[in-house]
Amino acid sequence: MDLFEYQGKLLYKEFDIKHPNSKLVKNLIEIQESVELSYPIVVKAQVQVGGRGKAGGIKIANNHEELIKYSDEIMGMDIKGHIVEILLLEEASKILEEYYISFTLDRSEKKYLIMLSSKGGMDIEKVAEDNPDDLIKHHIGASEELTEDIIHEIIGKAKLNQEYTKSITDIIQNLFLMFVKGDCDLVEVNPLAITDAGVMALDSKVALDMNAKYKHSYFEDFEKEIPIPESEKNAKEKGLNFIKLDGSVGIIGNGAGLVMSTLDVVAENGGNAANFLDIGGGAKAETVSAALEVLEADKNVKSVLINIFGGITRCDLVAEGIVEATKGKDLVWPIVIRLDGTNSSEGLEILKNNPNEKIFIEESMDSAARLAVERGA
Amino acid sequence: MSILIDENSRVVVQGLTGREGQFHALRNKAYGTNVVAGTRPGKGGENVEGIPIFDTIKDAVSETNADVALTFVPPSFAKEAVLEAAFGGCKLIVCITEGIPAKDEAGMYDILKKETDSLLLGPNCPGLISPGKANVGIMPHEITLPGNIGVVSRSGTLTYQAVHELTKLNIGQSTCIGIGGDPVPGMSFIDVIEKFEKDDDTNGIVMIGEIGGTAEEEAAEYIKKNISKPVVSYIAGVTAPPGKKMGHAGAIVSGNKGTAKVKIQELTSAGATVVKTPTEIGEAMKEAISG
Repeated sequence: MDLFEYQGKLLYKEFDIKHPNSKLVKNLIEIQESVELSYPIVVKAQVQVGGRGKAGGIKIANNHEELIKYSDEIMGMDIKGHIVEILLLEEASKILEEYYISFTLDRSEKKYLIMLSSKGGMDIEKVAEDNPDDLIKHHIGASEELTEDIIHEIIGKAKLNQEYTKSITDIIQNLFLMFVKGDCDLVEVNPLAITDAGVMALDSKVALDMNAKYKHSYFEDFEKEIPIPESEKNAKEKGLNFIKLDGSVGIIGNGAGLVMSTLDVVAENGGNAANFLDIGGGAKAETVSAALEVLEADKNVKSVLINIFGGITRCDLVAEGIVEATKGKDLVWPIVIRLDGTNSSEGLEILKNNPNEKIFIEESMDSAARLAVERGA
Repeated sequence: MSILIDENSRVVVQGLTGREGQFHALRNKAYGTNVVAGTRPGKGGENVEGIPIFDTIKDAVSETNADVALTFVPPSFAKEAVLEAAFGGCKLIVCITEGIPAKDEAGMYDILKKETDSLLLGPNCPGLISPGKANVGIMPHEITLPGNIGVVSRSGTLTYQAVHELTKLNIGQSTCIGIGGDPVPGMSFIDVIEKFEKDDDTNGIVMIGEIGGTAEEEAAEYIKKNISKPVVSYIAGVTAPPGKKMGHAGAIVSGNKGTAKVKIQELTSAGATVVKTPTEIGEAMKEAISG
């Protein structure tokens, strides 16, 4: 789960990582009188999309009047489809040097990866491409310690200002601790800056590993503050893994791989999927009827394809769910069903005993996809 | 022959007393797998339908000579359980558990690799089956057929789909393996296909991948250099919306890799037959082994 900048900085506080004094603003009334920060103050839009600076979502205010003016301008702004509802006000510090640092998992090495560069404050992907030697990469086994010696070595390689080695080492150690103990999938700081007030993390890009939710109570608090797209709310409440897409063939399947594959087969047959919906392993009848309800809310859907390969999931329960959700109903769209695997003959029997003129049964994934595309045309 | 498990494998189930563990362990046993023990701290001395329960893996191994661990314990205890199995003497650990934090996963992988010679399959995988010999995990054995094709996949349901297509054409399997789709899987595609290549009774390999990560690209390179047997491959996610990027760091690490297009290209140039839909896997393999 990607965090807002201010949420990442709340974690900085937790892990003793130096960052600017700040105030979070959700309503402009909060800053009408004054703010307890010293000027100049940076007004930063809190949105989960890159390029907010270029879009005018970051401004520096030198006095209260400017602060009100800029805050008013940025609040409510539309940045690439994201509406600004929260502002982060931060004391601006005088920046002497800007670095880049990130901590992530390198899946192919199966190790943690630290990347450090003296070329911070700019597009780091471009630095990596144009001057790869300016980006120092260091892998570390997940059961190993990040020692001072290692940090000194990478600071040297990255040619950071040696005068600040001690403070940089401290902040790197704490960022690494936050990455590991805080169960972050990503901690990225750009810039990590040397300022007149010391070495500070000026920005934060943090993603949390939601599998570790049970370890940290604040994961849930952060989650509540992150907006879910309207189209996905309903599915999320029902515990379904759903992503809205642009096409007209509604898809229901079990297992992420099979659902992904179903989208591909629909495309192979000239159609376009309206969504990705995975009912998961071991789905019960209720899960299937909930999934059909979610699709009903999408006006773009012209036909539905249910593709099930039973492993832990039992096809008879899936069939019961389909019957439950459709029995006696005048369906808005045709449903094409393909059931295979565990208890498929029982499942097909249930469907045969409860016929509906808009429900069609196909034997293979390909023929089912073809029919769903045809019926929805 | 088959790889990793066969009729001589002796399985100890971690979490045998839980609902999932019990259901699948008994199914595996009914299939003919030697399920010789279960563990559950505090329940040593009890049994589940005749399968003895021990407090620790060490006890289970010394009493029953178990050599394969099958793990169903909840995510918060999984790292500890896997390491206990490895240090307790199990040579293969099959971890079905879903939802283990990435840091635990990466940590246990690192320790296993440095301090033991045990192999880990999973986590978050359906396990493996050598048809006619042993089933260790949650795969539906009804769709399998003993034979000579090795199947390896990141996705559970797509493994079943592929196996089903082979069986429909009367093409049997030596071993079918789900490596799981988590960030730090124990065994990778390469670890598995290397064993298929060496196995005298495997004549061809089906490899099923999906978008994200670079495991398929790495496998393609390996296939090009080291695999002489025919490989049929399918990659899911050609039309899937691009997944979220892990910041700039993620973009730098993965570069232009990870898309279905690149994976298909690299596998094709490595000599694999890449099919467009899972339904075509059976026919493609039939052709590959007859030619």
